[in-house]
Amino acid sequence: MSRDIDPITLAVLAGRMEQIADEMDATLFRSAFNPIIAEAHDASHGIYHAATGDTLVQGKSGLPIFVGVMAFAVKAVIDKAARDGDLADGDTYIFNDAHLGGTHLSDMRLVRPYFHEGELFCYLASVGHWHDVGGAVPGNYNPSASEAFQEAFILPPVKLARAGVMQQDIVDILLRNTRLPQSALGDLNGQINALDLGVKRLDALLAEYGAETVRTALSALSDRAETLMRAEVENLPDGRWEAEDFLDNDGISDTALPIRVALEISGDRLSLDFTGSAPATAGPINISEGTAIACVYVAIKHIFPDLPANAGVMRPLDITIPAGSILAAEFPAPTGGYTETILRMIDVIFAAASQVAPERVVANAYGTINALSIAGHRADGRRWVMFSFYGGGHGGTPEGDGLDHGNAPISTATIPPAEILEAAYPVAFRQWALRPDSAGAGRYRGGMGAVYEIELLEESAEAFLFGERGRFAPKGVAGGGEAALNRFSYEQDDGFHTPPLASKIVGIALKRGQRVRLETPGGGGYGPPDQRDPQAIARDVARGLVSEERADADYGTAWRGIAK
Amino acid sequence: MAGDCEMTRTRMIGVDVGGTFTDVFFLDEASGEARVAKVPTTRPDQSGGFLAGIRAHGEDLEGVASVVHGTTAGTNALLERKGARIGIITTQGFRDVLDMRRRDRPRTWGLRGNFDPVVPRELRIEVPERTFADGTVEQVVDLDAVRAAGEHLLAQGCKAVAVLFVNSYANPANEQAAVAALRAFWPTPHVSASSEILPEIREYERFSTTALNAYLQPEVAGYIGRLAGALDEGGFGGEFLIVQSNGGVMDVDTARRLPVRTALSGPAAGVIAAGYIAQNAGFPNVITGDMGGTSFDVSLIAGGKSVLSPQTSIDFGLVVRTPMIEIATIGAGGGSIASVDKGGLLNIGPESAGSDPGPVAYGRGNTRPTVTDANIVLGRIDSERPIGGGLARLDIEAARAAIAEHVGKPLGLDTDAAAEAIITVANSRMAGAIRLVSIERGFDPKQFAYMPFGGGGALHACALIREVGLARAIVPRYPGVTSAMGCVIADMRQDFVQTVNALTAQVDVAGLGALMQTHVDEGLRLIDSAGINFAGREIIFELDMAYLGQTHTVAVPLTVTLDADHKVTPPTREAIRAAFDAAYERVYGRLLPGGVTRVLNLRTAVIGQRPKFDLSTLAPGPDADAEKAKRGTRRVYAAGAWHEATILDRLALPVGTIINGPAILEQADTTIFIEPDHAGRVDDFGNVVITRADAQGDAWKGD
Repeated sequence: MSRDIDPITLAVLAGRMEQIADEMDATLFRSAFNPIIAEAHDASHGIYHAATGDTLVQGKSGLPIFVGVMAFAVKAVIDKAARDGDLADGDTYIFNDAHLGGTHLSDMRLVRPYFHEGELFCYLASVGHWHDVGGAVPGNYNPSASEAFQEAFILPPVKLARAGVMQQDIVDILLRNTRLPQSALGDLNGQINALDLGVKRLDALLAEYGAETVRTALSALSDRAETLMRAEVENLPDGRWEAEDFLDNDGISDTALPIRVALEISGDRLSLDFTGSAPATAGPINISEGTAIACVYVAIKHIFPDLPANAGVMRPLDITIPAGSILAAEFPAPTGGYTETILRMIDVIFAAASQVAPERVVANAYGTINALSIAGHRADGRRWVMFSFYGGGHGGTPEGDGLDHGNAPISTATIPPAEILEAAYPVAFRQWALRPDSAGAGRYRGGMGAVYEIELLEESAEAFLFGERGRFAPKGVAGGGEAALNRFSYEQDDGFHTPPLASKIVGIALKRGQRVRLETPGGGGYGPPDQRDPQAIARDVARGLVSEERADADYGTAWRGIAK
Repeated sequence: MAGDCEMTRTRMIGVDVGGTFTDVFFLDEASGEARVAKVPTTRPDQSGGFLAGIRAHGEDLEGVASVVHGTTAGTNALLERKGARIGIITTQGFRDVLDMRRRDRPRTWGLRGNFDPVVPRELRIEVPERTFADGTVEQVVDLDAVRAAGEHLLAQGCKAVAVLFVNSYANPANEQAAVAALRAFWPTPHVSASSEILPEIREYERFSTTALNAYLQPEVAGYIGRLAGALDEGGFGGEFLIVQSNGGVMDVDTARRLPVRTALSGPAAGVIAAGYIAQNAGFPNVITGDMGGTSFDVSLIAGGKSVLSPQTSIDFGLVVRTPMIEIATIGAGGGSIASVDKGGLLNIGPESAGSDPGPVAYGRGNTRPTVTDANIVLGRIDSERPIGGGLARLDIEAARAAIAEHVGKPLGLDTDAAAEAIITVANSRMAGAIRLVSIERGFDPKQFAYMPFGGGGALHACALIREVGLARAIVPRYPGVTSAMGCVIADMRQDFVQTVNALTAQVDVAGLGALMQTHVDEGLRLIDSAGINFAGREIIFELDMAYLGQTHTVAVPLTVTLDADHKVTPPTREAIRAAFDAAYERVYGRLLPGGVTRVLNLRTAVIGQRPKFDLSTLAPGPDADAEKAKRGTRRVYAAGAWHEATILDRLALPVGTIINGPAILEQADTTIFIEPDHAGRVDDFGNVVITRADAQGDAWKGD
């Protein structure tokens, strides 16, 4: 088991290395210029295998989806360096190409080889979501993009620094291709600071323990993660379980897109086969294969939250992503809305797993990022862009009702306060509230979704939305009910309208005093509704979270006998 | 006698109520005499233990000038959800801000857990009113609706009501009108507006702080009232003060009004005392470590100043935004359970046996080994003479069996080595917490002394010196009552904040000066009304600033001159810019050329410095005798081998004694373990200063 390393040193080194990655996260969060990194923590740092790029150690505070996806980014750099044959100490690569590195073009990846005594020891990497990387719309969530070229400028892996010397040419290219150069430069510096810090801390660690001990510890930690994962899988019964769900559409044509999974357990191996999922689409709801595999990791870690964050966890998994599908789209298929597709992957994995291990999973969360942008010019000509993601309910759990108004399972992002948004942009929130009757019924109901109603206080503005779950509601598990659909409406001279594609629309023209209204889904329910405590039903009705009619329909009328 | 109270009242009493014990520190400023007492904490009403504690050395309260209290009453009421039934009146459309939080979740992985605000939805009522972010009142508050809401909440049994209006930080007019209407008929003083409690942008943080304050008001006011009443009956005629989370004290009227400011009262007092003790001993840079049953709390003091953080979460969703001494907590305490996971990795915590049932050796039903069990097995804690009282002896055999079973067997280690492995991993977790507050913030641990306080920390001091590279450890003479001592030392302090939210180029400098003046006047009025003698007064101004587009602000200290009448001269725009550049460069190492900056908030602290007592009065007397301190030897396991360690009565050691490791210093509330190759020295104040043996001499001196 413990291959040349004593268990005490191993436990100590595990903590030390995790702290290095955490500290890299903290460095970027503090110094980043854009709120998507600074507040929403849409970034991640880690230590990666010198030959395979596998994740060895990952910070705890970064975005969950990056835990798996960064291995693909590092691998892209390893391949590039092997082709070019010019890897050197002090190099730093930079790129945003989503087909090579996963996720979407907004995520800028910096990868630095770490050398010890002239020899490549491992890679350090930093990824962060930049505020703007060019393309057709500010913020890059373009729901009508049909090619990556319309989403953003595309940078393949190139050397930002050669042997420690910054390549100003590359910086110039980056800053010329963004609407927000000051923000981009600030984020770039923050990411470089984080990598510098990682190098410094690794230097100290290797000096203290010796390179061989650290190397041994890293591989022992991956082995142990694998052992843990195998033990978890072995505890589950063998068999095959399937699940299916749908994306509303790709933002271009109104066709429902299936996401299918077959989960199979055999001894200590677990396979996930996504065959039968929709083919790649014209609209930007595709993901690259690396993103799909990383997403499996996120789902698995939610089901087994005590597993460590390294690649060893993935070894007992067999993952099949069908070629040419929406889950393995080829360049230059657009990927801007990758969040929606991976949220649906997580939903189907939970739905399949709930059939074999219902105590391990929770019901579906609200299932859409709801990227809403409202932009215009102030009276003095200054441009403003209010771009934010909105929350919804979490699924009911085996222990209790789901969390009201949570963040997406792939993220740990917080939402800016309404007062910060109102201070920064000419809008007034007329509603910032929970959405009654939005949660799925169950022994434990889902958490509540939200209603955001926003009024424009300037002469004019243009709005777009990139959302999902407008046609297919978040599901319950273990007998729990569905949540409400996502609903978006916008005001024009003749009253409120809803988009033809439900939750995706561009080019809404708003006038002063007109409003947009976003009503997000709650979470699905957990367990049969007839097992719900009537006291809890009566409490929800008294609080106005569940209407009397919905309570009767979902649970029968027994709750009416409860004295208030 | 002339009956001059000021002359006769020279005694001060500090009382810290903890989870298990109520600690009391008595100081007679005239004679310099200091005494301590430790009595069991009473539950649920802590006032019983409080009064028993202050009477531990006699009933006479007449000669007492001040009683200063560090309390967890507020924290406990929040954690246990035992506050009052309260109501909220809020802006139309914003009824659910407390439920919605900042759209976070309790834990990253697992998607479990939910949140119920302290005010149920049916007691949150919306009224027509609206103010915009620029302070414009779009809709004047409907006072009939406010009154109707208030009547309804009263009829529902609410004991307090909070008025939470959006953008009230920018213009409090609607909130002020609403609370005035409510106060006209509300039967208790517990009516508050969010702009009174925290006039700062960010509605969730402001609403949460105000609602939690209202939730605590009836409880804490009642608790303080009971204490004050009992003190009066006992003939107490001095000042009764409460420690705040910012490490300063406030008078009881302020505490009744702002109970939320007591959230971290006790721990804050401990850090204040630690800083004072260390500074006196010549070490202005110190990292404190408070090892309790379930957690290890770390705080950093640089140049004699502790670091304040602007807010904390008492529990998921319970955000309190008021300046607090920054304390980093990890789940590694004496009661933390050691286990080996299925992958063969040894973990300490986060599960804890706490103090009840406690370690295996306590014999109260826990069978899984804890850090304390490992210390017992290794001979570092005397199983025949446990500290803290309560138990006659500890079951060392049960502890050995548990370690062998749960750690030794799965790791293939003998029991001694397994016990040491538990200590090593626990030490590395604690070292991680120290790195977090030092190295990660840009402080070099070599410049810092480590000060353990609480019961268990001093067992691990040498290991932490080694692991983190700290210069030395300093164990105060009475580490178990550090928080109670901090109560006696802490300054009077009032904090203020006001959101400004303007580009630096456009800040109304005269208006800023007027705000500063308001803060100063109000602060001085509050601290002076308490009737305390101050050695001096200090006023600190800070601006929260950032580059335009950044959301994390930098605290920018401003040097502002006040004349003899405390009249403020507003800072110039240039001075604000220069102060920002200096602060930003210090934090991030580089400036953004040509960057546009803005001012988000003004923060003001008004401090009344209380006279400090001479710590050398705590030092061992001339009758202390190293020979009499000897209690024989005991076998202790360290670095893979058993050693014969000297056992000493710590309090009997005279100033200047040098103790070479391995040695164990025992006293009523703490055990100090000086490991092999380390040495300790009793300094002029009775502290034990520990260093690596090869670093003796230099390391004992201050910087």
